[in-house]
Amino acid sequence: MQPPANSQINDAIKGFNMNNQSLIIPILQAVQEKFGYIPPESLPIISKHSNISCSKIYGILTFYAQFSLIPKGKYMVKPCRGTACHVKGAKNVINHIKNILNIEDGQTTPNYKFSLETVACLGTCFLAPAMMINQNYYGNLDEKKVEEALKDYK
Amino acid sequence: MRKLCSLKELQLFSEELQKSYDGNKKRILICSTGCRARNALKIRDAFYNTLKQERLTSEIEIIETGCQGLCAYAPVITIEPIGIFYGKLTEEDVPDIIAKTVNNEEVINSICYSKNKNTYPYLKEIPFFKPQNKIVLRNCGYINPTSIEDYIRRNGYLAIAKILARMKPKDVINTVTKSGIRGRGGAGFPTGLKWKFANGYKNDTKYFICNGDEGDPGAFMDRAVLEGDPHSIVEGMLIGAYAIGATHGYIYVRAEYPIAVKYSTLAVKQAREMGLLGENILGTGFSFDITIKQGAGAFVCGEETALIASIEGKRGMPKPRPPFPAESGLWGKPTVINNVETLASIPHIILEGGDSYAQLGTEGSKGTKVFALAGRVTNTGLVEVPMGITLRKIIFDIGGGIPHDRAFKAVQMGGPSGGCLPTEHLDTPVDYESIKAAGAIMGSGGMIIMDNTTCMVDIARYFLDFCQKESCGKCVPCRIGTKRMLEIVTRFTEGKANQGDIEKLQQLAESVRDSSLCGLGQTAPNPVISTLRYFRHEYESHLNEKFCPAGACKGMFGYEIDHGKCTGCGLCLKNCPPKAITGEKKKPHTIDSVKCEVCGICIAKCKFNAIKPMPLKKQIVV
Repeated sequence: MQPPANSQINDAIKGFNMNNQSLIIPILQAVQEKFGYIPPESLPIISKHSNISCSKIYGILTFYAQFSLIPKGKYMVKPCRGTACHVKGAKNVINHIKNILNIEDGQTTPNYKFSLETVACLGTCFLAPAMMINQNYYGNLDEKKVEEALKDYK
Repeated sequence: MRKLCSLKELQLFSEELQKSYDGNKKRILICSTGCRARNALKIRDAFYNTLKQERLTSEIEIIETGCQGLCAYAPVITIEPIGIFYGKLTEEDVPDIIAKTVNNEEVINSICYSKNKNTYPYLKEIPFFKPQNKIVLRNCGYINPTSIEDYIRRNGYLAIAKILARMKPKDVINTVTKSGIRGRGGAGFPTGLKWKFANGYKNDTKYFICNGDEGDPGAFMDRAVLEGDPHSIVEGMLIGAYAIGATHGYIYVRAEYPIAVKYSTLAVKQAREMGLLGENILGTGFSFDITIKQGAGAFVCGEETALIASIEGKRGMPKPRPPFPAESGLWGKPTVINNVETLASIPHIILEGGDSYAQLGTEGSKGTKVFALAGRVTNTGLVEVPMGITLRKIIFDIGGGIPHDRAFKAVQMGGPSGGCLPTEHLDTPVDYESIKAAGAIMGSGGMIIMDNTTCMVDIARYFLDFCQKESCGKCVPCRIGTKRMLEIVTRFTEGKANQGDIEKLQQLAESVRDSSLCGLGQTAPNPVISTLRYFRHEYESHLNEKFCPAGACKGMFGYEIDHGKCTGCGLCLKNCPPKAITGEKKKPHTIDSVKCEVCGICIAKCKFNAIKPMPLKKQIVV
């Protein structure tokens, strides 16, 4: 995957008032939203505009689970590993997803179609075990339902 | 959208909305938030399409609501005005519902709530809803959360109007103090007192923050309120801001809740357009505005000083207190942080009076509390009950007990900071002190019910894994202590524990609890301490017999069939992948322990609880 051009990065962050440290997380969220990840190439650019050092930005973005420095797939598969899901067999569901996609937690398929990222809790405990694929919710999962859900994205 | 410029205009608008609302009109209320995980949006579209085909769109209205509470029956609808509740719907049910129930008030039994072969078509009579008292959830599931008019029609924004017309900040704080409400985020600090402190610090800039960073796995009440009734949060914040003298506020909401982000953003925008947020609200001279901040995925940001750091654009790491945020919070200014559920209660308290609210609940815990029921319980969903009700009532009467007639083992309360309470504590009343004395915490109100297939050592390991991953790394006891604890508990679940490990674990848990910097580390050992207190025998069994009695820790158990319970139905035999089960029809079956791969399919399929875990050693001898 090609990293984006500097102009594209500038584009993603142009709307922000750069003299305000509190905007660094929204800026990173905007960059991630645009490219699906935070291209490492964007750090010096953000740093220059915001007057926050690269190392500090790196410290902030690696603190939060939402941010990624490597490209993600088109579809984010986010199975929940919350307590209710755990009690109701999320482990098997997650293992099944790993087998189908042939990737581990945090990895992306070689064709950049799917990324797998387990989530601490989706707040969908009432229909455990649950997962999201991009913005869509799936509940009461078993192996068969996982297969059906993933089929919609192939 | 029309802008309201005075208190009088708001009053008139509210009356106008009430007058023009036809309570006898046929309405179908569809949960379009939580139920999405079970195809609610397809059901909604099917209703729209059918109404269009039947040319009924002017007679029958569809309201897309937030969570209606009984999530186990997702997707759910309520039909008004007759008050019939249906669940577990499929698209095929839709034409029938309209033809029979909506048009002819005929009940369709197959999609009604049922218990012990009785069906309960009417929402008011359903045992799940009957004992509830909805204050926080007063609008959830009844209104369209994207419509500010719906909220205003149900007395929305009249509490802030009442305050602006004739209450001083001091009176507001007195009313909230009188109500006795304590913070619903977990710690239970009296809300009135918090406001009083912040009000007392003189500063030209103060902040009011809504903590919607609901990170406890197993809690989803804040999500439901933000998705189902976001204006109640905006109004609660307006009231709090007026009380402490804040001019700006933040709603900090998890990015993992996309619908909550969308609806709360919309609510703020609508309120601003209508003149209920911004400069000179309703012409009274009071100004307050709200910004939505999305959390970026860090559990520790639910802790207030970490949340502040995150809004300031820093790593979300907690700071030692004092100074408390009420004195020095966001950018060093006096700041109040209240939880979503607390704020949703505030407009009700102002309208009904503090004394009326204080009549609900117990001596030390007033009002109602929302609990999120999940795990091995029949009626998973959201429950709002007066404080002081027993756990048994919530889990068995409202929750409908444990599915498949399995035995109740424990209820986990308070998320990773909480604990597991066993059967002998089922009659504990839910109030802050009693729950704490029993070894758990009220927390945000998540209740995960566990049956005899849940291994308590594995649960302790699960929570340690969680806290260890979420530890921010600032203080040593939490960063290294939780890691070492996790290693010890993992040894138990892998059958590699050594003599003395239980004692070592206990000691370490106490040290981490006593010496960590913030709430996350201080409470991280709680799941270990509470399981050691009530389920020590399970640890001992893992240690001495290398046996997991719940049949959860891989490699530490096999299966056997209880010949007293097996009816010989053949279901397990048919489904066993390695064909390890043998037996004649209608006679008890047997598992060949050599062939058995312990995949667990048979135990999941068995309807008679006849298959149970057994120690591996015994198997080899046989």
